[in-house]
Amino acid sequence: MIRKKKCIAMLLAGGQGSRLYALTNNIAKPAVSFGGKYRIIDFPLSNCVNSGIDTVGVLTQYQPLILNSYIGNGQPWDLDREFGGVHTLPPYQGKNSSDWYKGTANAIYQNLPFINQYNPDYVLILSGDHVYKMNYAIMLNYHILNDADCTIAAINVPIEEASRFGILNTNENGSIYQFEEKPKNPKSTLASMGIYIFSTKKLEKYLIEDSKDPNSSNDFGKDILPKMLLDGQKMMAYNFKGYWKDVGTIDSLFDANMDLLGDNPKFDVGDLAWKIQSRSPLAPPHYIGVGAKTFNSIIMSGCEVFGVVENSILASNVIIKKGAVVKNSILMGDVIIEQDAKIEYSIIDEGTIVKKGAIIGESKEKGKGITLLGRNIQISENSIIKGGEIVEKDLVKGGI
Amino acid sequence: MKAVGIIFSNIHDNNVPELARIRTLGSIPFGGRYRLIDFPLSNMVNSGIDTVGIITKSNYQSLMDHVGSGKDWDLARKDGGVIILPPFGNIESSNLYQSRLEALKGITNFLFRADEEYVVMTDCDTVCRINFNEVIEHHIRNHGDISLVYKRLKNGEYSVKHSTTFDIIDGRIINVSYQSENLKNEYQNVFTNVFVMKKSLLQNIVMDSITHNKTHFMSDIISSNLKSMKILAYEHKGFFAGITSLQAYYESNMYMLDAKNRDEIFGDRSVFTKIRDSAPTKYGNSAIIKNSMIADGCIIEGEVENSIIFRNVKVGRGAVVKNSIVMQNTVLGENSFLNCIITDKNVVIKDKKVLSGSKNHPFYIGKGIMV
Repeated sequence: MIRKKKCIAMLLAGGQGSRLYALTNNIAKPAVSFGGKYRIIDFPLSNCVNSGIDTVGVLTQYQPLILNSYIGNGQPWDLDREFGGVHTLPPYQGKNSSDWYKGTANAIYQNLPFINQYNPDYVLILSGDHVYKMNYAIMLNYHILNDADCTIAAINVPIEEASRFGILNTNENGSIYQFEEKPKNPKSTLASMGIYIFSTKKLEKYLIEDSKDPNSSNDFGKDILPKMLLDGQKMMAYNFKGYWKDVGTIDSLFDANMDLLGDNPKFDVGDLAWKIQSRSPLAPPHYIGVGAKTFNSIIMSGCEVFGVVENSILASNVIIKKGAVVKNSILMGDVIIEQDAKIEYSIIDEGTIVKKGAIIGESKEKGKGITLLGRNIQISENSIIKGGEIVEKDLVKGGI
Repeated sequence: MKAVGIIFSNIHDNNVPELARIRTLGSIPFGGRYRLIDFPLSNMVNSGIDTVGIITKSNYQSLMDHVGSGKDWDLARKDGGVIILPPFGNIESSNLYQSRLEALKGITNFLFRADEEYVVMTDCDTVCRINFNEVIEHHIRNHGDISLVYKRLKNGEYSVKHSTTFDIIDGRIINVSYQSENLKNEYQNVFTNVFVMKKSLLQNIVMDSITHNKTHFMSDIISSNLKSMKILAYEHKGFFAGITSLQAYYESNMYMLDAKNRDEIFGDRSVFTKIRDSAPTKYGNSAIIKNSMIADGCIIEGEVENSIIFRNVKVGRGAVVKNSIVMQNTVLGENSFLNCIITDKNVVIKDKKVLSGSKNHPFYIGKGIMV
């Protein structure tokens, strides 16, 4: 008997994430840190495991070093399996050709041999730029019950935001009759979440056809899905209700992080019934010193806090020295804020050091936007960085 | 020099009967996220020892759960790695071992199989960072038969009471004293329960003691051979805490609030422990924290001062915790007040309860108790 899987997942993690600017200079978007402890890819991976999907192919292309080492053998997610588990799938050189992934569909097409190893009945396509908790098993059931060829997860968005999304127009039974990419006058508020389930045979057929079409951009949203609809395949919209956020921009990444704070947070990652797993750092519990203040904040292990932290998120091993004030900000791992430095409405990437007395960012009310400091840089003493600026290189005295 | 490690997880259970009633000494929680065995086990790993036997006796379920395959210490190996050694015997002679030497008699097979030249033995009642390679080098350089590691501590510290102490001349141990209560010298050479010797010597000692029915390692082997064998003393100069009593346990935890000690023990992030996933800790709008160590997964709405808080603890609104050790999954109700308390795992303190011990006599609340 041939061993097989009912459903495997393919996670598109190759995107550059250029709208995250300095945050994705050296790492792929799914490896961007989130909520103090997590990286974005923890959400789809944990969702898979919690939904009973134990085989995940992660398609990497852009700056994969950190993402690859983070995923490793998949053990933190229980995805180190004898048959299945997590596998990173970079583009490769073949006997007759070697190609980068030209589009989302092309990436899956190039990995059809990987899919066929597991002989799955269904393939779940995911992207690595959303944070949400979703049971894919329910969506798969919906797909099977409706005898669909393709099911697209969709979420209701406010009508005024609908023109930023790919909108699905559906019949009463949930079947899709039209796609509209960023419509000016949306007919529906059902936005595609970029999560698809395909029956494997159909997926294979359309990917092979698409690869032979020289005019195709090899993209699921632009090519595969419209073609399937045109051919009269049964396409269903699965209406997901719950928290879902695209974290592809600095503002949305910031907002999604802030949604974790508060007594009744909009997004609860501490839910024991749907645990989000991640590769945990080896650090002692954090230490809060005398004179420190910590209000409405999330603080990870290994941090040492001697200053004020308010409405902020501190990832592991962050040091806040005496007199420093951090408000409404996200500090990623190993950041050091020296004495009397003031941080407001900013995102500071891993390993960056803000020296004594520096002033970073301005409050949200000033309307200048979020200040962003890149990875492993130094901001010299008493420098001032205005609201909305992006700093990617060491800043020596004198300012920009 | 290759060495095999042996860790005694149960030897000093009677030091802290409160905490060891339901677990081995080695699995007593420490420092917010660790268990005592993490320190000797990490010392072994960081000294390049990759075959470690953990000797157990009773109540070792929590220990096995904690150590698991050894993966978190990088000790899940095809060859060697960590192996738990439960008591060995048959129905006729089913008495559990009473002493270190008897425990060693039960692991002769493990010793026989190991092909390392040296053996390092430690217990689980100490919190320190020791590089065993340096001890072995010192042992070889000075042509020792057995090396024992000691720490000079000021008389009066809790770690000195109830411990074994040495008189040392020219690096050799000349006298061993036990359970010393009335010590005269200002400083004492306190035994850290770390032994280093050739594996072949240990095997001979074990075989000889089976033949001659010797049972006590310190008195029958060490004390009675101080002249006939070269028994060296190796001084550990760094931080050291001995868990010799509940007071010492309390004091040792509080030492971790000192930046210097914390940096020495955890600074290089190489104390390994079982990784359990918790969400990061959340502080509410009314949280007030001073001089405290707080693990992941907590929700803190109240006031915490000079305390060690383990993972997944909830401190309710208006609750005050001072000078206390609060273990995993404890829930402190609103407006409750704790001073000098050690709560074991899964304790629930109801709203408005006031509990107070003193620094010399911290008050212990057992696992799962609701107050």
